[in-house]
Amino acid sequence: MRWLSRSYLALVYLLLYVPIVVLIVFSFNDSRTGYNWGGFSLRWYESLFNNHAMVQAMWNSLWLALTAATVSTCIGALTALALHRYRFRGKKVLNGMLFVVMMSPEIVLAISLLGLFLLLGLKLGYVSLLLAHVTFCLPFVVITVMARLSGFDERLPEAARDLGASDFTMTRTVLIPVIMPALMAGWLLGFTLSMDDVVVSTFVSGPSYEILPLRIYSMVRVGLKPEVNALGTLLLVFSLVMLMLSQWILSRSKQ
Amino acid sequence: MMLSIKQQPFRAAVLVLVWGWLLFLVLAPNMLVVGASVMTRDPSTFIALPLNLDAYRQLFNPLYLEVFLHSLYMAAITTLVCLLIGYPFAWALSRVDKRQQMLLIFLLIVPFWTNSLVRTYALKLILATNGLLNSALISLGVLDEPAQLLYTEGAVIVGLVYLLLPFMILPLYSVFEDLRDDVLLASHDLGAGRFATFKNVIVPLTLPGVLAGVMLVLLPAMGLFFVPDILGGSRNLLVGNVIKNQFLDARNWPFGAAASIVLTLTMALLMFAHRLSKRRLGEEGA
Repeated sequence: MRWLSRSYLALVYLLLYVPIVVLIVFSFNDSRTGYNWGGFSLRWYESLFNNHAMVQAMWNSLWLALTAATVSTCIGALTALALHRYRFRGKKVLNGMLFVVMMSPEIVLAISLLGLFLLLGLKLGYVSLLLAHVTFCLPFVVITVMARLSGFDERLPEAARDLGASDFTMTRTVLIPVIMPALMAGWLLGFTLSMDDVVVSTFVSGPSYEILPLRIYSMVRVGLKPEVNALGTLLLVFSLVMLMLSQWILSRSKQ
Repeated sequence: MMLSIKQQPFRAAVLVLVWGWLLFLVLAPNMLVVGASVMTRDPSTFIALPLNLDAYRQLFNPLYLEVFLHSLYMAAITTLVCLLIGYPFAWALSRVDKRQQMLLIFLLIVPFWTNSLVRTYALKLILATNGLLNSALISLGVLDEPAQLLYTEGAVIVGLVYLLLPFMILPLYSVFEDLRDDVLLASHDLGAGRFATFKNVIVPLTLPGVLAGVMLVLLPAMGLFFVPDILGGSRNLLVGNVIKNQFLDARNWPFGAAASIVLTLTMALLMFAHRLSKRRLGEEGA
């Protein structure tokens, strides 16, 4: 029985990882057709970095992900603090809206934001992408920070206030250090979500600011592009590093 | 702790920022979609008066109805396959010892952190006519000539299952984690056989996880428009493709909005079922 369940787990993991392994192996494939092995080569990596539009899209995506993750971490942390510490009218509504963002299908969020931006006459580009990405990252940051705050000694902020600290000083010197690991984990999650997003970006981006997922999208719709294998491998390594970083931060903070 | 705005400028600033963001970028756009769905299509301003329910009526146009039903069918099969693979998987995972479990869960979420477009594209390498799977099957003697695997309904379902499986497994895993051995033991002591225990104890106790998983898989399975774009060809469309085409290409906002409201209502219905099942469990367990 135990043997059976072990091999079942192994089989599913195998199926999950076969496509990823195929992708990595084929990124070093010299053959042009893309299906047969034609010897080892780095030519697709080379052609990737010689592709000016691609490199530009890469930088755009990195900058968007950096800023979106940072803004959503700031607002998300403040939201979590507000939900945790303050009693205010409409708290349930606020919670509800965050829940709606997280649970509603991405495509619904996408069209609702597109509608808003077009009606306001906002030019689609970096700003619209940033607003959209911050919005879909927000609930994830809030949840991560709230989880951290829920296991936290309530007497510490009380003590700080008794010692004469203002609300702002207390937040800065007591609460922020406590939630730091959650902030970093939330930031990394936001960064990855932003780098990976296709659905929302398809709607709210314009020709002035091309980002990586959309560039990949337009490449893979027609036929096979070996450069995508190389790019995918790089992205995989990149997200693996980010994920390990976030796991490390969270596990270290628990000790 | 309850002080006035003057005494707590920081508190006021935080609340204004948070409320402002959510009202402006969550509530307002959603209201807009609801509004757009009952308005009339307009080539220059996208939406115009008068108010009517034409967009909803259009959903029942046989052409679209067929697409919707086909999309729902593919999403349902995807969910079912995810459940059939994920349920025993989560069970087995929860029985592994704790140290290995951490690693196995890490391995499960690595794909989630990997670009989903790139992973969909990797499936294309495998499923293509002269791709790896066909070559393997031919060299094994199973097939004489390559089969058409890509641009089929099956390819879309494989793609959706591949992308969404972790979303089914994780909630299931968390309910199996909470399933205590003594409950199973008690069932056995009371004379229940394996099947009776499964049917009367395990299934009811894991039902909230099943519904959470279904919720997390079924809806994205109707919305992920890039999967059929890459793997499905033009005949295997999802609701997501219809919404995207109506908004971006046909510029028919009322119809796109109505379609997405139907999608949202489906989600609300599922969430309601999830709540109900949890509440029932809570009452019985208490």
